[in-house]
Amino acid sequence: MDKNTYLILFIVVMTIATVTTRLLPFVIFQKQSNHPMVIYLAKYTPPMIMSILVLYVLKNVDFVSTSSLNTLFAIFVTVVTHIWKKNSLLSIFTGTFLYMYLIQH
Amino acid sequence: MIRAILKETTPIMFGYIPMGMTFGLLFQDLGYPWYFASVMAIFIFAGAAQFMAIGLLSAGAGLTEVFISTFMLNSRHIFYGLSILNKYGKWGLRKLYLIFGLTDETYSLVTTIKIPSKVNEQEYYLYITLFNQSYWVLGCTIGVLIGGLVNFNTEGMDFALTALFIVLVIEQWKNIKEILPFVIATTSSIFVLYFFKDQMLIGSILLSISVLLIIRSIKSKSYG
Repeated sequence: MDKNTYLILFIVVMTIATVTTRLLPFVIFQKQSNHPMVIYLAKYTPPMIMSILVLYVLKNVDFVSTSSLNTLFAIFVTVVTHIWKKNSLLSIFTGTFLYMYLIQH
Repeated sequence: MIRAILKETTPIMFGYIPMGMTFGLLFQDLGYPWYFASVMAIFIFAGAAQFMAIGLLSAGAGLTEVFISTFMLNSRHIFYGLSILNKYGKWGLRKLYLIFGLTDETYSLVTTIKIPSKVNEQEYYLYITLFNQSYWVLGCTIGVLIGGLVNFNTEGMDFALTALFIVLVIEQWKNIKEILPFVIATTSSIFVLYFFKDQMLIGSILLSISVLLIIRSIKSKSYG
């Protein structure tokens, strides 16, 4: 198989696999969308996923090493800014620019 | 409305553009025509899967293996859809695009933010998804074309996604004001991180949802 043909098939397969995971619940469960269990999941899943995603993006931080202090400090500043100013964009930018400054200098 | 959407999605832009550029740079090394990086960003539109693709492509992986590993990697999305069945409105092209573009970041935004009143929900979500995908396509394309030439040091910029998820946890807390889901998710994640670090995302989601449903059934029994 020619190199570009392989890549095109590869992209098609990966697209189908990704779309399947995203489409599947809507196709299978749409009719049950008012079932109490589904409503319960709709309420509690987002906060759980968000907490998991935070830990996921932090999973490779080595908390024993001192370099993790940069991460911890940037997180702390993000949280404090957010609780204080209640402005998502401001908190995210403050945290991110602080983190970039800390690791680049 | 566009201004509001730009404001909501800017943190994602800060995450997607440098991450897309990294993808583009890695893709460039594989020796394919540059535009395939953009094609992948348009059709696959899944960050983790595209990074996995770099490894699979250089190993010349079989297509069955590609399907199975992509499906496994993205299987967490099944639970995303399950929890927003009613959010995306009536079936149609718009809804199909919304489902197609349901990344971690888009899911996080649409489940947390409050929509301005007098705005069509489906349209609002549509723009959010479209903007996010534009950032990703842009990042991947810049990366494959001029990634090596960019002098501006983007190191650490991807912290924007970490900060975004942290802010969204706080917002979720304000919405729900119950400690249960946060405790379940955190303990499950730590458990899975310790024992099955490589399958952290799907493992933690499966465990958290199982624990949640067990607690629900215990509660409903004790209340009769």
